[in-house]
Amino acid sequence: MAAPRPEIAHWLTATVLLFVGLVLLSEAIVGRAVFRRRTWRAYLFPLLVVVGGVFLWLIAALSTFSTMHLLAHAAWAQAAMIAGGVQLALVRGKLSHPGWALVTAGGLLLTGASFLIHEQNSWLFSRSAFLHHAIGWVLVTGALFPIGEALRPRRAVWTAGFAVTFLVVAVLLYADRDIAPIFGRFGDVGAAP
Amino acid sequence: MSSEIAGPLERRAERRRTVRKPARVLALEAIGPLTIVCGVVWAIAQPYRIAFLDRDGKGLYDYVAQGPLLVVLVGLAFGLLVAPGLVADLEDTDGGAQT
Repeated sequence: MAAPRPEIAHWLTATVLLFVGLVLLSEAIVGRAVFRRRTWRAYLFPLLVVVGGVFLWLIAALSTFSTMHLLAHAAWAQAAMIAGGVQLALVRGKLSHPGWALVTAGGLLLTGASFLIHEQNSWLFSRSAFLHHAIGWVLVTGALFPIGEALRPRRAVWTAGFAVTFLVVAVLLYADRDIAPIFGRFGDVGAAP
Repeated sequence: MSSEIAGPLERRAERRRTVRKPARVLALEAIGPLTIVCGVVWAIAQPYRIAFLDRDGKGLYDYVAQGPLLVVLVGLAFGLLVAPGLVADLEDTDGGAQT
């Protein structure tokens, strides 16, 4: 069976991120104490991140059409698994210091940087290039929220901002196509003479 | 205080408590349906994104990943699996805090 097209993998990833974003948004609305009253809810986000990391390894293994893509996907997989592991330890109570949120911030920064570095075309080359740049910067900006959580813990704004980061990335991933123009341009074909 | 005054006042306060839903509960209950509406609007705007409606040249993966339907699915999953428990816990906590 052939591997799915990249856009298919991106849409499925967007679906998981949309669900994660909504769950995090609900946590921001009700507060952490109420959210963690049921064990499965407390473990949901860390488990999704770890499972996402496993699937990213699978994608890294399948996306071998360029070294840059292989390295980028492997970097995301590692970042997701480390961040998910730390989140699991925080929920379990093995770790408690708010500074551990910096690991999540590091994961987002690494993922954002990977998006920006492995996209070799400019913003307006194609829709895919545009979205890679946009997602990269959204993730880099989104890293500010876990940093805020580490410095000023337990404020709803950090959880809400973190949730919105996932929602925005989901919307951008849903807009992804393997081959599509951006603002009527596609590479040099649609460029002004 | 006279019971003729206190009685109606208490009943009015009770009625207000039962009629009004807290904003947080409303927000939680709205997330799932709003997500479903987004998926439906997307499906109407781009019907060709649904493989069932535009079958030409579509493979297995196109049937698995149909953007608008996935968004509706997420909305349903949140609305049916996550929101009810959260609302119950929130109302339980708020009720406990009021008494």
